[in-house]
Amino acid sequence: MLRAKEYIIEKVLFLCALITILTTIGIILVLSIEAVIFFSEVSIIDFVTDTQWTPLFTKKHFGILPLLSGTMLTTLIAIAVALPIGLSIAIYLNEFSPKGFRKSIKPLLELLAAVPTVVYGFFALMVVTPFLQMIIPGLSGFNALSAGMVMGIMIIPFVTSLSEDALFAVPKSLREASYGMGSTRLQTSFNVTVPAASSGIIVSVILALSRAIGETMIVAIAAGQQPRLTFDPTVPIETITAYIVQVSLGDVQHGTLEYRTIFAAGITLFIFTFILNNISFFIRKKYQQRYE
Amino acid sequence: MEKTAAYRKDVYKIEAIDVNAFYGQFHALKGINLGMEENAVTALIGPSGCGKSTFLRLFNRMNDYIDEFRMKGQIRIDGNKIYNSYIEVEQLRKYVGMVFQKPNPFPKSIFDNVAYGLRIQGIRDKKLISERVEKALKQADLWSEVKDNLKKSALALSGGQQQRVCIARTLAVEPSIILMDEPTSALDPISTARIEDLIFQLKTEYTIVIVTHNMQQAGRLSDKTAFFYMGELIEHGPTKELFTNPKHDRTENYISGRFG
Ligand SMILES: Nc1ncnc2c1ncn2[C@@H]1O[C@H](COP(=O)(O)OP(=O)(O)O)[C@@H](O)[C@H]1O
Ligand SMILES: [Mg+2]
Repeated sequence: MLRAKEYIIEKVLFLCALITILTTIGIILVLSIEAVIFFSEVSIIDFVTDTQWTPLFTKKHFGILPLLSGTMLTTLIAIAVALPIGLSIAIYLNEFSPKGFRKSIKPLLELLAAVPTVVYGFFALMVVTPFLQMIIPGLSGFNALSAGMVMGIMIIPFVTSLSEDALFAVPKSLREASYGMGSTRLQTSFNVTVPAASSGIIVSVILALSRAIGETMIVAIAAGQQPRLTFDPTVPIETITAYIVQVSLGDVQHGTLEYRTIFAAGITLFIFTFILNNISFFIRKKYQQRYE
Repeated sequence: MEKTAAYRKDVYKIEAIDVNAFYGQFHALKGINLGMEENAVTALIGPSGCGKSTFLRLFNRMNDYIDEFRMKGQIRIDGNKIYNSYIEVEQLRKYVGMVFQKPNPFPKSIFDNVAYGLRIQGIRDKKLISERVEKALKQADLWSEVKDNLKKSALALSGGQQQRVCIARTLAVEPSIILMDEPTSALDPISTARIEDLIFQLKTEYTIVIVTHNMQQAGRLSDKTAFFYMGELIEHGPTKELFTNPKHDRTENYISGRFG
């Protein structure tokens, strides 16, 4: 009886694992097939070199660069916000804060990641943009700057949580060595702890990057829908994800070339996050070895 | 030893006066009075858990970071109270260096390890730094082995070499006192012998306090020995006397047990 029960549970668990794997394979398959059809009609050279993205206009251009620049721009702004703030919080929690504080603040911080992104999107559009317009007069109502900044706030917990774990894993003996030579806490954290935890911090940044690249709602709401090859953060742009949403929700006919653009855009996105995740996996493996 | 209220620098470099230490409710050091002489090696011996490390770490205020740690009494160094609000711990630790039980070089190059203490003091003069690094590595008897590989990671060295990097790192700051907490317990006999030779040379210039489990080591190296047992200082005196003619049974049992 007990054996039969175990047998069933085992099979159910296996099925769950199978479903996840099949889903992933399915996604990759659909993306690839649709992308292959797309690239049979549009040259891959045009796709990566053309500087305009206008598949929905009569004069069609299929250059991914404007969407890519939009994604990179918002992502870079997000990291520029999240890395210094996230890392500072991690250092503070690890080196300076009283023990109880660290325990209570970490779950609170992780709440930031639990706020629905649509809320962040409207926060960017209705609060941050008007505020920034008071400082930067030429700022458009839709822009990469406020979307990127708010996205940066959203990914702070990713940076903080993993960096803090990495700082925590630095052996106490290294800190003692540093204190023992007359370093202050600040000198110890910048000269010893942070460098010793650097691989973990890099992993945290890469995961945050890949989260930012894939983020959709905030940029769709606050950054605009104008594919534009620019690194000017004050004008409306469009990211890969925002474009996919725009087409999916719009009235583009299924099965048309216009519709297939979202798969081409999707596979580009997939390749980028796939590479980033693998880099972080690689670093993490190396770094785990070092502390064992 | 009777309490020494008056300042007697001519006698003691480090002096513990009525020291009691606690971890929470646990009474780790009980009424310790002990003076340590300048340019001499004082060995702290006793069974594990008796409070040797706790006592040693009082002299550079390393216990300050332990949350539930408290101490009563006073430590004087050069006659100055170091448990005092106007003492800057960072300054104190430049004056009182420490070498730990397990070699703990930073994950940096050999050169950067030894230069660390100078750089955090804000010294930027490259020539001065490399002179001091060379001098410290020579003092630590490591220069000839690493002089062509100063850029190599200190972690790539053997355990004994790593410990000598740590000693060089401490010497580079030019302290006056060096605290050593079982500095050879993680090393093989050959590395241990080299470090012992080194300590022997250093004592002409530095005041050294060393915790050791190894009675031969205490016998070879130290001028004075203090025996601790369960948080109390049972006996102390010139090493030879204490080893050949201990006054207390506990001391005798411990020493003879240890010599085996
Ligand atoms: N951080 C700490 N918290 C609580 N108790 C401690 C701590 N460090 C040491 N102790 C206790 O204090 C006593 C003395 O420890 P220690 O000075 O390390 O002994 P020794 O170096 O002689 O082996 C031991 O009983 C130990 O359990
Ligand atoms: Mg100890």
